[in-house]
Amino acid sequence: MYSRLYKLAISLPPLAWVILFLLVPYVLMFAHSFWQVTDGVIIHSWNLQQYKELFSNSLYPTVFFRTLRIAASVTLLSLLLGYPLAYFLSFHAGPRKELLYQLVIVPLWVSYLVRGYAWKTILGTDGVLNGALQYLHITHEPVSALLYSPFAVILMLTHIYTPFVFLPIYASLEHIPRPLLEASHDLGASPRSTFFRVLLPLSMPGLLAGATFAFVLTLGDFLAPLLVGGSSSNMIANIVQSLFGAAYDWPLGAAISVFILIITVSLLFFTERIEKRWTFQ
Amino acid sequence: MTAAVQGSPDAVLLEVRAVSKRFGEKDVLKTLSLDIAQGEFLTLLGESGSGKTTLLRLIAGFEQPTSGEIWMSGARLDTLPPYNRRVNTVFQQYALFPHLSVCENVAYGLRASNTPKAEIAPRVEQALTMVRMSDYANSKPAKLSGGQQQRVALARALINRPQLLLLDEPLSALDANLRKEMQAELKSLQRELGITFLFVTHDQEEAMALSDRIALLKDGGLEQIASPREIYAHPATAYTAQFIGQTNLLSGTVRSGIADCGALRFATHAPDGPALFSLRPESISLAASAPQIPDASLFRAIIRQQFFGGSSELLELNCIGNQTLRARIDACGPLSGEHEFVFSASSAIPVKP
Repeated sequence: MYSRLYKLAISLPPLAWVILFLLVPYVLMFAHSFWQVTDGVIIHSWNLQQYKELFSNSLYPTVFFRTLRIAASVTLLSLLLGYPLAYFLSFHAGPRKELLYQLVIVPLWVSYLVRGYAWKTILGTDGVLNGALQYLHITHEPVSALLYSPFAVILMLTHIYTPFVFLPIYASLEHIPRPLLEASHDLGASPRSTFFRVLLPLSMPGLLAGATFAFVLTLGDFLAPLLVGGSSSNMIANIVQSLFGAAYDWPLGAAISVFILIITVSLLFFTERIEKRWTFQ
Repeated sequence: MTAAVQGSPDAVLLEVRAVSKRFGEKDVLKTLSLDIAQGEFLTLLGESGSGKTTLLRLIAGFEQPTSGEIWMSGARLDTLPPYNRRVNTVFQQYALFPHLSVCENVAYGLRASNTPKAEIAPRVEQALTMVRMSDYANSKPAKLSGGQQQRVALARALINRPQLLLLDEPLSALDANLRKEMQAELKSLQRELGITFLFVTHDQEEAMALSDRIALLKDGGLEQIASPREIYAHPATAYTAQFIGQTNLLSGTVRSGIADCGALRFATHAPDGPALFSLRPESISLAASAPQIPDASLFRAIIRQQFFGGSSELLELNCIGNQTLRARIDACGPLSGEHEFVFSASSAIPVKP
């Protein structure tokens, strides 16, 4: 048996970490959302003013639904790219599997900002893509819509989150015992039928985990709109950022944050429960 | 005689014609030919690496032969994908679908072939009754014991009414008692349904107990194929004699109809020259208690060890010239010292090395 002192000693650092960097900030955020700013000063009087503002001002729902749309698009596109990629690697890559796996996850080692700026370079009016389009005479002048649009944000975030979607799907595909596929073929199911009856259901936990990654990470992203999105594609986190920064309205920023937090946590809660339903071994 | 087709005189169901399989640099099957008769229980017996599972996988369609052909009921089989073959498999680890219930697992083959819904339920019910698993229809495979999973795997493989059922060491994951029970069930099921069974095992006792014929594989080649009784009584090679049952291998020289193998001398039909004989332990008896046998051959030996086996005793004998033999005699109480032993010369079978 370990002594009580020893137990206390090893649990203290993580406990301190959780209290200092998670619990205290959450409490502060929660408290701020019920306060208000008057004449540039935060007044500590409890009220629901911020939440009323959140639902009455049409700006916030507009931006919020745009954020949901972008997050859903990024999730869908990352799944459409990540699932076939994971499937190919797991089943058909042969001896090149390890190399290809490393190639897929290499971008994860590159800074988010670097990748963001790379897209700026590619999509800009004098960027690589416009240059190529004009060289091929597909367009005659630079297409400015490529950069600073929701399209650019979706493109950049899809690029960044596809490896995150790929990884859990790949892991779940790798865990499927291969004799199950042989059994399916043996019983008369074609490869197509086997995919829908065996592979897809058994890789569902990975698929859900990947989709949750892409959706939740996009929901809280503010750098992509800053780098490649422009004001037409501002997302909810951009508003929070400006409220905590230049606008100096911490209480409203906190209220929006609480709102996003509730949505994210319930999303994680539900996907975890669905994932459990699809886990068998 | 040894390679003759025993038992069922029925039509040939499956023909393996000079099939070879190579994985990289390794020849797993070496131009192997084999016929399986309609309705027979044929066992592929061999050590691990003998190619028995590979042959099964070629017939199921999970692997393609490097050369040679496989035919079933007069049609080419090896060119068809596995899902178009009237062959079903019981897998070694059962390979039940973990996300489907017992009855969904069993119904899988019918659903995959788009059988009308009205027909599925009664057939699944019938298949589950056949393997006595009706009470577990709604359980998930993870909740079942090994023996129960085995039964579900069997029902699932039989629901499509295959012409040929492949069984890949299906009993190897079960404990000894359950194994014996499942052996009996398999055998009676096969008789009832009249479906041809191709059974893979490395357990020679299991092969002897179940099979109409045994095909013994060695290093990717067919060593001998015959009924269990035939293969036991007349092993063609030293390998067969040693793999199936226990035996004493006697090496010696034959001169004008007399074999001279150290301490043992006996009459034989083998041609003159160096020769190898298989003499089963149970063919040797104590001379004092043996009944009169024709062409009896006698020798003296010292009993080195005695293992009591209930109804019989296994003796380890040391003859002149330090030759070691094993003899299985009826239980007779403790023995020691030098004794005279007897065997019938015709029970020493000449085998190829």
